[in-house]
Amino acid sequence: MSTAAETTIAAPRSTRVDAKYTRDKGKKGNFEMFAWLFMRVSGVILVVLVFGHLFSNLMLGEGIHGVDFGFVAGKWADPIWMFWDLVMLWLAMLHGANGVRTIINDYAQRDGVRFWLSMILYVATAAIIILGTLVIFTFEPCMVDATGQLLSGTPAFCAG
Amino acid sequence: MSTVNETAEPASKVELNQSGDGAGAVESFDIILKVRRYVPETSEESYWDEWKLTMYGTDRVLDALHKVKWEHDGSLTFRRSCAHGICGSDAMRINGRNRLACKTLLKDLDLSKPITVEAIKGLPVEKDLIVDMEPFFQSYREIMPFLVTSGHEPTRERYQSQKDREIYDDTTKCILCAACTSSCPVFWTDGQYFGPAAIVNAHRFIFDSRDEAGDMRLEILNDKEGVWRCRTTFNCSEACPRGIQVTKAIAEVKQAILARSF
Repeated sequence: MSTAAETTIAAPRSTRVDAKYTRDKGKKGNFEMFAWLFMRVSGVILVVLVFGHLFSNLMLGEGIHGVDFGFVAGKWADPIWMFWDLVMLWLAMLHGANGVRTIINDYAQRDGVRFWLSMILYVATAAIIILGTLVIFTFEPCMVDATGQLLSGTPAFCAG
Repeated sequence: MSTVNETAEPASKVELNQSGDGAGAVESFDIILKVRRYVPETSEESYWDEWKLTMYGTDRVLDALHKVKWEHDGSLTFRRSCAHGICGSDAMRINGRNRLACKTLLKDLDLSKPITVEAIKGLPVEKDLIVDMEPFFQSYREIMPFLVTSGHEPTRERYQSQKDREIYDDTTKCILCAACTSSCPVFWTDGQYFGPAAIVNAHRFIFDSRDEAGDMRLEILNDKEGVWRCRTTFNCSEACPRGIQVTKAIAEVKQAILARSF
């Protein structure tokens, strides 16, 4: 004979699924698709930009020994290099930020941690992109000291 | 009647190794089987249990588990149904890799070390090697794994050329064992991810020329937790006991979504 306690059967567990497996509803749109596509396209472009950058800085002319303030100033006097570096800055930052965003999404387990890590990432990315863009466009190659003399190391064309 | 000297027919027409103990020339060896046990009635913690067994060259991991359950510890709990690699019940983590216990021969494993057997990862463990498959099937159901058509039903079968059939042939082989989904590191940390199995089964209908809901399935998988979550680590392709090129199938679905959008 079985007692009442023994015959109590627990409710079936079927269809009771842990909340962590239930997908958040609502978010529609192609953002993840564009993010995925951007990674591929920007990656290909960056290969060209980065190796072009390395080649012109390290291989042409005096090579690495020629890289100084004047060298950079000379490059940014040329609109082509301004454009090159601007595109490289934006693509590299967005490509890298999207990669880190992906890693945060993959590994951050708690929503709060994920949110704050993402926020730090976005703020840092925005700050570097804005500062970098500002430097490229407002760069002053011919810096003078308090007495109006050109600083040492300024490119030759400043004297003219 | 003249009886000719006739030699008696042998018991077996196959030449057997006479010195054997009935198992013929099949080699036997000792193994140590380590199983990760989880018994929620007694403890919240899982623990490793191990047995020393004498097994044969024809035995699979499932035979070792059977030997334990039938001869050593009847409380060992695992799923198995057909035991021949087609029902998809006994996917488990064997030596750290997702395998079907009924398709993994012991002699193919490194027998100098204990063989570890664990429940598949990423799904809630119910007991020992049994996990709750409901989240897995929930994703499977969401991608509508059935033929959707419109118009009148034909009086005969729906024709399809061999070439069209070939396109999705690979993904028809899925047995829903969850070896792929539970080998995916993305799924381990993000249970909301649809997972490779659901995408494979969506692929089976998206690329079926007779089906008309491919667009809906692509829309479902064009989600934050859909195909874009895939990091192409190839764990799923490596784990699939049916040899499905899972990562390739996922990539084809990605391409189909892109082709649809541009």
